[in-house]
Amino acid sequence: MSTAQGLNLTLKVWRQKNNKDKGQMETYQVTDISPDSSFLEMMDILNEQLVGEGKEPVAFDHDCREGICGTCSMFINGEAHGPGREITTCQLHMREFKNGETIYIEPWRAKAFPVVKDLVVDRGAFDRIMAAGGFISVNTSGNTQDANALPIPKYDADRAMDAATCIGCGACVASCKNSSAMLFVSAKVSQFALLPQGKVEAAERVQKMVKVMDEEGFGNCSNTGACEVECPKGISLENIARMNREFIKAGAASEHSS
Amino acid sequence: MSWFKQTWNSSIGRKFAMALSALFLIIFLLQHFLINFTSVISEKTFNEISHFMGKNVLVQFVMQPILIFGVIFHFVMGFILEVKNRNARQVKYAMNKGEANSSWVSRNMIYSGLVILFFLGLHFYDFWIPEIAHKYIEFKPENPNRYFGELVHKFADPVRVGIYALSFVFLALHLLHGFASAFQSSGINHRKYSPMIKKLGKLYAIAIPAGFIFIAVFHYLNQH
Amino acid sequence: MSVLDSKVPGGPIKDKWTDYKNNIKLVNPANKRQIDVIVVGTGLAGGSAAATLAEQGYNVKAFCYQDSPRRAHSIAAQGGINAAKNYQGDGDSTHRLFYDTVKGGDYRSRESNVYRLAEVSANIIDQCVAQGVPFARDYGGLLDNRSFGGVQVSRTFYAKGQTGQQLLLGCYSAMSRQIGKGKIKMYNRHEMMDIVKVDGKARGIIARDLVTGEIERHSAHAVVIASGGYGNVFFLSTNAMGSNVSAGWKVHKKGAFFANPCFTQIHPTCIPQHGDQQSKLTLMSESLRNDGRIWVPAKKEDAEAVRAGKLKPTDIKEEDRDYYLERRYPSFGNLVPRDVASRAAKERCDAGYGVGTNETGEAVYLDFSAAIMRYGGEEANVKGLHDISQDEIRKLGESVVESKYGNLFQMYEKITADNPYKTPMKIYPAVHYTMGGVWVDYNLMTTIEGCYAIGEANFSDHGANRLGASALMQGLADGYFVLPYTIGDYLSGDIRTGAIPTDSAEFDEAEKEVKDRIEFFVSNKGTKSVDHFHRRLGKVMWNKVGMARNEKGLNEAIAEIKQIREEFWKDVTVPGSADGMNQELEKAGRVADFLELGELFARDALERNESCGGHFREEYQTEEGEAVRDDANFTYAAAWEYKGEPSDAVVHKEELNYENIELKTRSYK
Repeated sequence: MSTAQGLNLTLKVWRQKNNKDKGQMETYQVTDISPDSSFLEMMDILNEQLVGEGKEPVAFDHDCREGICGTCSMFINGEAHGPGREITTCQLHMREFKNGETIYIEPWRAKAFPVVKDLVVDRGAFDRIMAAGGFISVNTSGNTQDANALPIPKYDADRAMDAATCIGCGACVASCKNSSAMLFVSAKVSQFALLPQGKVEAAERVQKMVKVMDEEGFGNCSNTGACEVECPKGISLENIARMNREFIKAGAASEHSS
Repeated sequence: MSWFKQTWNSSIGRKFAMALSALFLIIFLLQHFLINFTSVISEKTFNEISHFMGKNVLVQFVMQPILIFGVIFHFVMGFILEVKNRNARQVKYAMNKGEANSSWVSRNMIYSGLVILFFLGLHFYDFWIPEIAHKYIEFKPENPNRYFGELVHKFADPVRVGIYALSFVFLALHLLHGFASAFQSSGINHRKYSPMIKKLGKLYAIAIPAGFIFIAVFHYLNQH
Repeated sequence: MSVLDSKVPGGPIKDKWTDYKNNIKLVNPANKRQIDVIVVGTGLAGGSAAATLAEQGYNVKAFCYQDSPRRAHSIAAQGGINAAKNYQGDGDSTHRLFYDTVKGGDYRSRESNVYRLAEVSANIIDQCVAQGVPFARDYGGLLDNRSFGGVQVSRTFYAKGQTGQQLLLGCYSAMSRQIGKGKIKMYNRHEMMDIVKVDGKARGIIARDLVTGEIERHSAHAVVIASGGYGNVFFLSTNAMGSNVSAGWKVHKKGAFFANPCFTQIHPTCIPQHGDQQSKLTLMSESLRNDGRIWVPAKKEDAEAVRAGKLKPTDIKEEDRDYYLERRYPSFGNLVPRDVASRAAKERCDAGYGVGTNETGEAVYLDFSAAIMRYGGEEANVKGLHDISQDEIRKLGESVVESKYGNLFQMYEKITADNPYKTPMKIYPAVHYTMGGVWVDYNLMTTIEGCYAIGEANFSDHGANRLGASALMQGLADGYFVLPYTIGDYLSGDIRTGAIPTDSAEFDEAEKEVKDRIEFFVSNKGTKSVDHFHRRLGKVMWNKVGMARNEKGLNEAIAEIKQIREEFWKDVTVPGSADGMNQELEKAGRVADFLELGELFARDALERNESCGGHFREEYQTEEGEAVRDDANFTYAAAWEYKGEPSDAVVHKEELNYENIELKTRSYK
């Protein structure tokens, strides 16, 4: 915890009143920002300043501020969640920036993620993909079989866990030059495809989820790998390959179509 | 929706089709290179193989149409996907640092592809159209030893050799991403084998275009 | 006889729940389709309840302020979830989990509820595995367990350091399935603004669409509050920024009693505050205390030198370090329960031995160097390396520690820019969880008929202190296995009611109240931001109603909070308008409720003249600084009834009877 000098920064922030408004970049100055502050604390200070001037503060999504809820969603200096790897915006700290620097702050850009206001976007498309098939069809009963009745190889369980750590923030879509949601969808498809419980309805699941993904207006994957690099949870491209496999298998081999 | 349409009309189906056509073209390119390379070693062998390829019914009437279909499909689908992908982001970023998370070649496949398309136009104009005209329009008598001469003749002009070489540089760029990408799109990603595929891809992407350039330069230098 | 009827069924404790379930009224499947239930909040409790109720056939309307139900703050729980599975064969049982929870809660919880919680805990694990929750496994493919503070068995199931996330995603996927079927109508980015009562029964809510600003009426046959805890009354806490008490507070103001507000858990291992610009505190998992040793310098001058940046912790000699937990509690050492560990840290810092760089020096060391060397030595033996240097042993040890806590160490380094492998971590307690909440009976119904409270939002099963890995257990127990049964008993009376109309006078009135308040905020010509007041409230709460409380401080706090509240209503400013997204307006409503709750919180703390669990009154301690409980006078839950101003609130006492567990002084020495 250093006691270094405060930072003075120029911020170029996207402002847009609502979904219908056209929106534009606005320039703000903030001064004496502690390098130990998080990026969102810097945004708080900007907002406090704007409220003080009687102006509307910048709307931005954030909640847990510890990198797990997936709410925060800023495109900072040309990268989803800003510079730094395997972090969310709320885990980005001001010590990553230099005094006098200009910082560009924009919302996620994708047709499937319309801007709600300023830096807030609507990621409802992800929820709709999940509702199409992102689950195992089991009711709550209290008498499913004992948890240890079904041993699962540690290696598979670990890989399922790796896929399951996706926080649904949408950085993959935001970073992808094609606004493709394949990393997100494949993470869920993979988690279940790797577990015996999930294999039962694997074919239908992947077909239904991909169908809704396409309908929502995401682009196609062209394997640039940007999503994997910018993903705050390090979700691997292996998952996309697995989803491709599952999908092709489901289309070619399953005897019924969904 | 039938399973066929559902599968091939989807984003994954399309990219799988892209990958399959790409893998096919990669195999074709290797074959093309190997044949061309014989021209450096032996005029006779080159003529023999070319004659075989030019006259064999299977090659001419089965393989050739498939190849043409593959080439056209790959280009048309590439453009369709590019348009769709651009459409998926209507407002662009004011600042976008693509180089921070992906390679230039992977982000610019459409441009390397376009250069290759123009090259193919030239290539068709140079070889394929005269060849088709020779065989199927003008019905000229077949001379099994004409191929080498025709090949060498095209590489007399330094400008043309330059254009060829430059095009092959773009082909290399396209392949640098495309080779491994085709495997990924086909669902082939394995912790043991993928690093090997990636290395093989790099080797292929550099060696084959370099080989083609070598052939062009070799014949150019031999004439001057 | 108090007005509180806990409705605990008779019979031996181990049969209560089964017998009760066998005899409560059911709603047949066709009738369930005619019944609507509103669930506010989609964390582990709300999410699991919404999914289960929808599976059973009810029409569920679920509300969350987040942009997706998957983001509720249950997601941030790191360590794990307890369940009495006894997979490790270490003698665990329902009774032991029950006992540990009651004891850990310092004997201030309801026996029957805790027993039921322990009883259904095993089902939770089965259910989650069936849903595809990727719990950690060992090489044989079976589930792995770890152990947590305050207990002597290994019963904690975990998914890396992201157990809460994985369980919530399990709930969310179960919900998604019902959303896809249309059985749950999901209202994302909606905030409950008030509850609507018709003929004394909860019949709906008024909600605000946080995107359009529209005020909406939603009716139902029952309303379930699952909106989490109120730790953000302290401004700085480990809660999410949006976590709030408003849903609970609104039902309180309409007749639901609010129980034990002063029972708050301060978690000992959080990253210390860096300065005034801080908005939020970050928790480091309790599991770190398995291997980390907590200490401060034994000499004041060393502590001062460290604070001034003139001395590094690694330069302080072993004999000049005070491992105060090991010194004070030799048998549990660094693994004492959370409340004990937190207070001990505060005691050392107050005495001037703190090592933080902020003005108050609030931080202590959590040191892994001993563990690194120990693991390094073991690893060297395993690998058969005998003649290796200390440096090489350290390297081996660091890799072991990395495999166990790598993600936590990385998180720490990202936030503080210090490398915890090389220098001890600095930690300090922070507000984390609230045991208090809306009072509920055995059925989880509040004192408003048809209004239920589940999860952290209710006054819960944790008494005065919660054990690690029990919050997830309680949330899911309530939502998956308790509420879906008990609510049927109530709803069976509503099968002929039909849909509740939203054009009644009661809805009109509730809506008007909500609109008036919003109108006030956006038109008030104040000069200070909402955060300004929230910060001030937080400071009072932390300094006077925090880890240690006394009569004088609490009286001052009550007066100060009242003062801040009055200023707030005069001088708050909310820019922008009400028709559209307005995050300042959202905060204003929440802080207004915190300003009332804060005062009640302090009053509750003032009236409880004893020290128990998370509630520590300086007047009630032994000479060694240990808490002194007063079972003769305070073995009750204090349920507050709203009467206007917080100072007018009336307390009702639910006596807690211990028939199966003997009340003892909690000792970890």
